[in-house]
Amino acid sequence: MANPLAEYLQRLGDDRLVLGHRLSEWCGHAPILEEDIALSNMALDLIGHATSILALAGAVEGQGRDEDALAFFRDGTAFRNALLVEQPNGDFAVTLVRQFLFDAYSVLLWDQLSHCGHEGLAAIAAKSLKEDKYHLRHSSEWVVRLGDGTDESHARTQRALDTLWKYTAELFERDAVDDAVAAMGIAVDTAALRSLWDGLVNDVLQRATLTRPPETGPRRGGRTGRHSEHLGHMLATMQSVARAHPGARW
Amino acid sequence: MLTRDEVFGVLQTVPDPEVPVISVVELGVVRDVEITGRHITVTMTPTYSGCPAMREMEADVKAALLSRGADSVEVRMVLTPAWTTDWIGPDAREKLRRYGIAPPGKADTGGFVTLTRARPAVPCPFCGSAETRLQSEFGSTACKAIHTCSACGSPFDEFKAH
Repeated sequence: MANPLAEYLQRLGDDRLVLGHRLSEWCGHAPILEEDIALSNMALDLIGHATSILALAGAVEGQGRDEDALAFFRDGTAFRNALLVEQPNGDFAVTLVRQFLFDAYSVLLWDQLSHCGHEGLAAIAAKSLKEDKYHLRHSSEWVVRLGDGTDESHARTQRALDTLWKYTAELFERDAVDDAVAAMGIAVDTAALRSLWDGLVNDVLQRATLTRPPETGPRRGGRTGRHSEHLGHMLATMQSVARAHPGARW
Repeated sequence: MLTRDEVFGVLQTVPDPEVPVISVVELGVVRDVEITGRHITVTMTPTYSGCPAMREMEADVKAALLSRGADSVEVRMVLTPAWTTDWIGPDAREKLRRYGIAPPGKADTGGFVTLTRARPAVPCPFCGSAETRLQSEFGSTACKAIHTCSACGSPFDEFKAH
C-alpha cells in the first residue's frame, strides 16, 4: 500500500463516479419525466462529488494524474468502488433500492467525515452531505411508495432488496487502508456507522412493508479491485470517448 | 486600479446564467475579492457540486473584470463554508419572486435526516396562494423544484432552500 490516503480517497471517489454514471444511464429513459430529471440531477451531484474527491486523490498521490486521468484512464481492476454501486440499473425498483441503500450510508459517512482531521476532505464532506440528504429523502420516499404500493411494485421492490442486500456488508468493512488513514485523523467509526444505518434502513423498510433480508453470503472485493463483470461493460462506455480522443477539449 | 467597491460593483452586473434576474453576488457565490495592483483574485464557492453553470460563472466573472481594467483575474474556488440559500438577501428574493420563481425558505440545518415531506406549501409567486403542490423534487436545474398552483393553475419553479 504505497499511499493509503490516495487509496482511501479513490474508494470514496469511485463509489460516486460509478453510481453517478449508472444514474446517468436513465437520462432519456426514466418511466416519468420528473424522475428522468431527478435521476439526472442526482447523477450530476454524484459526479460533482467524485470530481472533487478524485482531484484531491490525484494531488495526494502526486504522480500528475488529475480527476479526468483517474476517471477515464484507469482500467477496471484499478477501480476501488464497492460492488453495490456497479450493479446494473435493472428495473426502477432496483435503481431506487440501490440508491436508498447507498444514500443512507453516504449521508452518515459524510456526517462523520465532515468532522475529520483532513481539512480538504472535511470541506468536500460538508458540501456533499447537504446534497446527499436531499437524495436520501427522495430515494427513501420512493422505496416507501413502491414497497407500500401495488402488489406488483411491492413484489419487485422486495426482489430488488433481496438481490442487492448481499452487497451492503462491504460498505462497512474495514481493512489496513482504513486503519492507516485513521492514524492520519480520518477515523470513521464503522460500528457506529453501521448501527445508525441499520436503524435508518429498518425504519424505511418497515414503512414500506418490506422484509429485511437475512445476512447471507456477503459479496466483497470492490475495494481491492475485484469487481463483478458489470463494471467492465460500464467503463467500456464511460471511457470510450476520452480514450478515442485523448486530450480532446470541447 | 479598481477599488474593492468598484470590483463588487462590476460583479453585481454579472448575472447568474441560469437565473439571470439575480447576479453572482446576490446568489452568494462570490465570497471575497483581493486586489493586488491590477491583478484581482476572486474567491468563489459552487452552489451545487455538479452545477454545470459554475464554469460559465467563472468565465463571466473573469471577462467582466478584464473588460473593466483588470490586467489579470484569478478565480479561486473554495468549498468552505458550503454555499447556502440563506445568503440570498431580501432584495434578490423579491427579484426571484417577480421573475416567477418562489424564493427559498430557511435552509434546514437542524434534524439530521428528514425522511418525510411534511413541509409547508410554497406560496405561488404569481398569485400568492398557498394552495400549491409539489410536482417534482428536481427541476430544470439542481437548485430548483417544480410546483403547481391550484388557485391560478400556474406551474412554477421554487428556488430550493439549501
